[in-house]
Amino acid sequence: MVELIRRTSAELPDDVHRAILSSLENERKGEIAEATLKIIDKNIAIAKNKSQPICQDTGSVLFYVDCPVGMDQIAFEEVAKGAVIEATKKGYLRQNSVDTLTGVNDGTNVGRGAPAFHFHQTRSNEIQVRLVLKGGGCENVGAQYALPNTKLKANRDLEGCKKVILDAVIQAQGKGCGPGVLGICIGGDRATGYEYSKHQLLRKLDDTNPVPELAAMEKEIMDKANTLGIGPMGFGGKTTLLGVKIGCANRVPASYFVSISYMCWAYRRHGAVLSPEGSIESWLY
Amino acid sequence: MNAIQLEAPFTEEKIRNLKVGDSVEITGVIFTGRDAVHKYLHEGGKLPDEVNLKDGILYHCGPVVIEDENGAWKTVAAGPTTSIREEPYQWQVIRDYGIRGVIGKGGMGPKTLEACKEHGCVYLHAVGGAAQVLAECIEETSGVYMMEEFGSPEAIWEFKVVKFPAVVTMDSHGESLHEKIFADSVAALQQ
Repeated sequence: MVELIRRTSAELPDDVHRAILSSLENERKGEIAEATLKIIDKNIAIAKNKSQPICQDTGSVLFYVDCPVGMDQIAFEEVAKGAVIEATKKGYLRQNSVDTLTGVNDGTNVGRGAPAFHFHQTRSNEIQVRLVLKGGGCENVGAQYALPNTKLKANRDLEGCKKVILDAVIQAQGKGCGPGVLGICIGGDRATGYEYSKHQLLRKLDDTNPVPELAAMEKEIMDKANTLGIGPMGFGGKTTLLGVKIGCANRVPASYFVSISYMCWAYRRHGAVLSPEGSIESWLY
Repeated sequence: MNAIQLEAPFTEEKIRNLKVGDSVEITGVIFTGRDAVHKYLHEGGKLPDEVNLKDGILYHCGPVVIEDENGAWKTVAAGPTTSIREEPYQWQVIRDYGIRGVIGKGGMGPKTLEACKEHGCVYLHAVGGAAQVLAECIEETSGVYMMEEFGSPEAIWEFKVVKFPAVVTMDSHGESLHEKIFADSVAALQQ
């Protein structure tokens, strides 16, 4: 489990690295955008070689676990918490968890709600663990819109969804460490909307959404966002987003939420298939 | 792109010569300070004597620092944090402490821009997330202050940096790259 944390903190998944390299090709030579992407690429290489955090904000520690019926989730949590403490001592994670009431950072990264666990039972015998480290800068620019939205002239339809999503891209510029990736949920309630939006960030960047309407919307938003001239870090340029991933959930008639989780370029996500004894059998990304 | 070498001492003249869009490489001593430090200073808190910000550079950063086998600090990751959270306080800190440069990410607002103009300061945008490239520019982690009060990420760290890369995105002449890109992107969206 410590190895999963190390790898997630220090090594960007291949699909994300490939997207960054292709955006580097695409930027105009000699511009700030190109120089910025070169620094990003160099940073990815150094972090991997030195086994050190890609970004010093090692973020919220989010575990997503697909587990067989009967797996002891409490035991899993205990092991994972121990691994978080160990990974923090080794410097793979920053001392990054603060008691909100007292302001005390005890340096362990373990406390109320930290790390976060999302368990999902499956009929398979396999345990799949995915880990996302989500930095605070990008988490802060996430947004949830309730439609209709008068100011943005966004109605309760897919056109309305696109308007609010692009507004979120405009508002996030410069602040969320772009080029970024959007995980989006249309529908759900305020809590599940954000939760499902983060689930979208478990998808690989080069996958195709099985729902044709959503696949088309992902492409349309990606193309439009990359014409806005925001660019890496908001310095200007062609690469504003590296990916858009949209899911949807049923809603009650009275609500229509669009929940957007923004992920920075330092998109730290890895996962592994575990044996019943807990050793890593294969990597997922 | 050739970067301008910005070397200590960071005099007002050097800072006034910088313009939005300039790439710079910073060499000299800088101090970190983020949310807790800004709130503390705003509420009238005093800095330790060793932290001299006059003609200095303040870095919005909460680094990952470990102690090596000899008991020395080693900074292993040190990218910028989002600066806009300090917008309510930054102008005052620039005015009261004579800061010449603020390094961070995401840019800042009109109060800071005005203080940059009035007192001769620039906002230097480092690449967010590039914690390794930037940590490699730290030649020495030469001190830490207020560690007990604020904890490691929020403490004031003293770094000797060499050729630390940044882009001037707010200058001392009232120009802000962030304002321009925001306006242009809103116009592009409406097309």
